[in-house]
Formats: sequence, structure tokens, C-alpha cells
Amino acid sequence: MDLRESPEDVAFRGEVREFVATHLPPEIRERVLGFRRVPREDYVTWQRILHQRGWGAPGWPREFGGTGWTARQRSIFEEECYTGGAPRQMPFGLSMVAPVIMKFGTPAQREHYLPRILDFRDWWCQGYSEPGAGSDLASLKTRAERRGDVYVLNGQKTWTSFAHYANMIFCLVRTRAEGKPQQGISFLLIDMKTPGLRVRPIKTLDQGADVNEVFLDDVEVPVANLVGEEDRGWTIAKYLLGHERTNIAGIGMCKRLLSRLKALAAGETRRGRPLLEDPRFREKVARIEIQVLSHEWSLMRVISLEQAGRDVSTEASMLKIRGSEIQQHLGALLMECAGPHALHYSPEWLETGHGEEMPGGAHLAGLAAQYFDLRKVAIYGGTNEVQRNIIARAVVGL
Amino acid sequence: MDFTYTDEQSMLAEAVGRWLDADYDFARRRRLAAGEESWQSNWSQYADLGLLGLNVPEAHGGMGATSIEALIVMQALGRALAVEPYLQNALVAAPLLARAGTNTQCEAWLAPLASGDKRVVVAAYEPGGGYDLEHVETRATAMGDDFALNGRKSLVIGADGADALLVSARTSGNAGDPAGISLFLVPTASFGVTLEVAPTIDGQRAAEISLRDVTVPAAALVGAVGRGFEELELAIDRGTAGLCAEAVGVMEKLLEMTAEHLRTRKQFGQPIGAFQALQHRAADMAIAIEQARSMALLAAARIDDPDRRERRRAVSAAKTMIGQSGRHVGEQAVHLHGGMGMTDDLAVGWYFKRLVAIDLTHGDADHHLEQFGALL
Repeated sequence: MDLRESPEDVAFRGEVREFVATHLPPEIRERVLGFRRVPREDYVTWQRILHQRGWGAPGWPREFGGTGWTARQRSIFEEECYTGGAPRQMPFGLSMVAPVIMKFGTPAQREHYLPRILDFRDWWCQGYSEPGAGSDLASLKTRAERRGDVYVLNGQKTWTSFAHYANMIFCLVRTRAEGKPQQGISFLLIDMKTPGLRVRPIKTLDQGADVNEVFLDDVEVPVANLVGEEDRGWTIAKYLLGHERTNIAGIGMCKRLLSRLKALAAGETRRGRPLLEDPRFREKVARIEIQVLSHEWSLMRVISLEQAGRDVSTEASMLKIRGSEIQQHLGALLMECAGPHALHYSPEWLETGHGEEMPGGAHLAGLAAQYFDLRKVAIYGGTNEVQRNIIARAVVGL
Repeated sequence: MDFTYTDEQSMLAEAVGRWLDADYDFARRRRLAAGEESWQSNWSQYADLGLLGLNVPEAHGGMGATSIEALIVMQALGRALAVEPYLQNALVAAPLLARAGTNTQCEAWLAPLASGDKRVVVAAYEPGGGYDLEHVETRATAMGDDFALNGRKSLVIGADGADALLVSARTSGNAGDPAGISLFLVPTASFGVTLEVAPTIDGQRAAEISLRDVTVPAAALVGAVGRGFEELELAIDRGTAGLCAEAVGVMEKLLEMTAEHLRTRKQFGQPIGAFQALQHRAADMAIAIEQARSMALLAAARIDDPDRRERRRAVSAAKTMIGQSGRHVGEQAVHLHGGMGMTDDLAVGWYFKRLVAIDLTHGDADHHLEQFGALL
């Protein structure tokens, strides 16, 4: 056991920090750290900057243009990007569909799609959930009927993050109705411009619309866009779920929120004193910082076990629960920092950073929206209750 | 970073685990705690395994091992709910003496400590001082070449039968000042030392100690006059890190017993572990234990950090979390055992009590939260 960060990793952290500080456009950093809306171009710009540096795909093997980094390096990279104010690297292409294409795709699919993911020519979204299939994903109903060289799709997907930005979607569809629900599912790659595919935004609590409904009416998808075998898509879905499990910990976001919290609490005043010097608030900050510390060390420990070849799926569920709870808690404390000013709400400011003067200061304007938006983290990626079921199965063994 | 055990560490864990599995079942632990059997009989086992000199330098007959080995041992002792004052002797007093003691003191004491022939514990806390090590009212007055000690020490675990006490006493300043505290090695048999020994709720024995004109020579000073606080604080931090590791072992065992109960106890025609309300409590216990494990490692990783702030932050963060989560895990375990969980017969209650005792030793969750908050 060696619990010191290796000199290589210390140097690597410095290198990433320096790169983010010097290469991330300041206006993007300002939007991200101000919890304002981040437009599509910001994500693309940052991904291309990373790609140019050779850091476009932290999780990919070198042969496909990835970095070949260790899990610890990837986690350091994520932390530094988040705390440095970079937009997150969209996972749908890089860490969801790409590993699937690498493992199950044809050589033609790999050659076509992987480079386009790396430089963000393609923005992918994920067509999994349906109105009747949330936590119980295998009950999905979107039908794909084979007619010659195409599948004809009918059905509806929902909670599709960034479908309005995406030009490609990967979908789980039902190719066979008989048998166990898991047995008749296939994995398809679909061009969003295909006739019959329609996107409708869903407005969420923060008044944003990052998620969408995707309607599929007689959408024709070439059979060449099937990944793996027909009816065997559930295996792929499970593989995808098991890939880079430790990403789910959200450590970068936890650290970003914590450093924002400490900075804001030092700057905001109550009764003429910095909020951070109020014993009650300081205690709350201390409490949450301890939780972030334990989350960070748990993540490092799980990564180390994973590298040693241990199955860490139960631990990943624990990281998901803790990461989401901590983010929600931090979101609440950030909102408390704003005090009564959290009540003000300006969509215009969130979009542009301009407009009406925000009472208490513009830096407080996004905090309530952020709090509300963070309710989602305990719901997506398998609700925390589903994660507890998984943990209990491993612990109780029934 | 590498969180996997080296071969030597695995061997240590196995050796300690093997001994405890074979010799230290709950029935025996109960007899030891009740005083029906003397725990001193186990002390030679600790010595034979090299545990008593674990953190003592090799030059003085110890193993010269690191805080990670201490964590491994404490975790194993936690699983067995070992009742001996191992931590107080081997992980607090011996390393303190090794660091701060004079050559003469080290030569006289460290080898016998490692071999189990002698025992020393630290007497630091005082009545009314809570968990504050700087709250020292005990006075050490210079009298020619000697010092006369007067005062009281509270809740000293493992003091009865110890050959000497490492006593913090004030040579200048007032209660609450870190400066002006000196450390003395006081033979327990010294004239004027009185021990009043009473059991604790988790089956240990604690002494209230009174010191009345106890005369010791200047050679009994450990470290410089008035400069004892830093070493004392480090020693107690080391003990706190050890408690954190012990708590992980206690919690692990509690979860195993609870899971077993959930699998085997049937109500409404099925194992009660089939009910989701109970499953989620068990899952929360498991999550708390994983976090505790991480925090115990963090404390162990930082205990020898030359940066005092880094060390103190890590220890206080770990103890805050483990104080709370230990109690939580214990409460859940008792609850999930139903009425049986309330009985003295079951081991569960004793493991729970140990977790509560750990919270209340070397600073509870509130105390350490305050300490951590001051170092934000």
C-alpha cells in the first residue's frame, strides 16, 4: 500500500491545471463557474482544444486515438477540468457509444464513427428511457421491424439529454416481442435527420431544457447501423453500464461545487461578517468538506481496486449514491449563500450574462436554478433506490 | 497510489486474523471483559506476533512498521472486539517515547515494551477538560533537581497494571495554554499516585488518577520543559487514527452479523432480508462502512505528515465521520436484529457499544468537526 500520490501523477495534475488555465477561453470559464447556460459551441470548442492537445478521449486506448491514461490519471484530469471551469466532456459519444462501437462494432463502423466522436463532428445522444421504461429499462416498447435493408422504427424515447444539440442518437429498440423482455432488444445507430424523427424539449425545474422527448414515426434505419447481433442489445446495454463505472462518482462536480461554496461563503457577508465566519454556516461547510474528502478517497480506493482486477460494481453504486447526495447538498448550501437574493430569477441573465441588474450581484443569479437542477442527479443513471437494491443484493446476498 | 496490501501486509493481516479467529471468540471476549479471565494472558500473544513493538524502531527491538500496519492490526482487533489496552500501549505511548524520549529512556523502556515485559500508557485528559489536551491543571513544580506533580487525570484506559504513566503536567502557564505543558514518565508505584479503576460501558477498564506530591527526578522528563504539547498531540492523533481503523473492523463485523440475520430470520413466510425497507438500511450501513474505510486510510496516510495542518485535518475529518457513521451503523445493526438486538446475549450490542465508546474517545464527532472547521 502506498498512499502518496506518485510524483508522475503530481506532475500530471500540474500539467493539466496549467493547460486548463491557459487554454480554456475565459468567457466559457465564466459561464461554467457562474452556473449559467452553456451553449453548444462551448462544448464543441473545448472538445476541439482538448483533441488538438491529444487529450480528446481520456478513456480510450491509444490505438483509437485515446490517451491511454490510467484510471487515476483520468480522475485527476476530470477534477482539474471541473475545478478549472471547463464544460464537461459530453459522455454520450466519448464514453458511451464509442466503447460499444470499439467492442461490438464492425470495422466499417469503427472507422466511420470513432474519429467523428473524437473531434466532435458528431454529437451523440442516448435513446434509452421511454415513458413506460425508466428504472425498468428492459420493458421498453419502441418497435423496430426489419423490412429488407432497413429497420422501421415506431415509438418514443424520453429524458434524452441534449437531443436538441445532437446529430446522432444510439437507441435500444425492440426487435422481437416474444420471450423475456431482455431477449428481444437491439442496439441501433441513428442519424437524427432521418425523416420521421422529431425532438421536443422538456422544460425542467431550472427553466432550462437540456432534456427532450424523441418521437420515432416510421423512421427507416439501415440494417448496417445495427451494432452487434440482432436481439442481443441487452448485453451491449449492460456492457455500456459497466464501462468506466467510476465516472459516476461525479468527483469533478463535487470539487467544483465545494470550491465555489468556500469562495462564495468567504465573500458574502451577514451582519457585516463573512458568511464563512458564522459558526453555524462554517460548521455546514466543514461537514460537507469532510464528505467530499471521504468521497474522493473512496473513489481513489475503488479505482486502485479496479486496476488490480477486482469487480467494483457494488462500490460503483455506492459512489453514485454518495456523489449525488453530496452534489445535492452542496447545491443547497450554495443557494443558502445567496440568502434572499436566491429568489431573483433572470432567464436572460442565465442565457447571456447580461440584462437586468441582479440584486446581490450577478454571481448569485444561477444558484437557485442550480439547486433545482441538481435534484436530477439522484434520479438519472439508475435512481439511488435502484443503486441501494444493487448494494443490498451484494451485501445481504438474497 | 496503491491501496492494495503488499505481501508483507497481507501476511500480517493473516497472522493477526488467524490468532484472533482461533483464540478470541465472543464467549472468551465476554469473560475477559467481565474480569473472569485476565487479559494479561493475551499480552504475550501480542508480543509474539511483534504487535507491541509495531511502531517502535527496529534499533529498540520493535518492528519499525508504518501507520498502514497499525491500521491493519487495529482493524483486525476491531473485528474481534479485542479488549486489551493495545492501542494505548503500543500505538500511543511507545511511539511517543520513541520520538521524544532521551536515549536513556528509550534504552530502558522500548525493548521491554516491545517484548511485553513492561507497559506504559499516556495520562492526558483531566476532569472538566473534555477532549482538550491543552486543558492541563496538573502542576509540575521544580524542586531542586526534582519535580513534584500534583493534580488529577481522568479516564486512563489500561492504567491498572501499567508500569509507568506518561503524564502531561503544567510547568508554566494556565489550563488551556498549549505552551508550558511538560511530559513526565512516572512509575505507577510512585508514592502519591492513586488509581481508582472502574469499568467502562464497552468492557474496558478506566482509571481516575490522582497525583499528590509525586516526586520524580528531572530524568523523568520526556522532551523539553514546557514543550510537551506537540508530541502529546501527535501521539493522541496516532491513537485516534488507530481508533478509526478499529471502528472499521467493528463495523465490518456488525454488517456481516446483520446480513446473516437478514438471510436467516424469517417472518411472514420469508427471510426478512427480502423486504426492501430493511435492504436499504443494510445498504446504507455498507455505504457508511466504505466511507469509514476510506477515512481510516486517509488518517493513516497523513499521520506522519510533517505538515501539522494536513495531519490534523485528516485525523479530525476521519474521526468526525467515523464517530457519526459508527454510531449510525451500530444503531442500524441493533434495530435490524429486532428484539434480540436489545439483549446482552448477542454480540451485536457489544460491538455497538464499542463504536459508541470509540466516538467518545479522543474527541467525539462534534469536537473534531470543530477542529476541522478551524482548519478549513
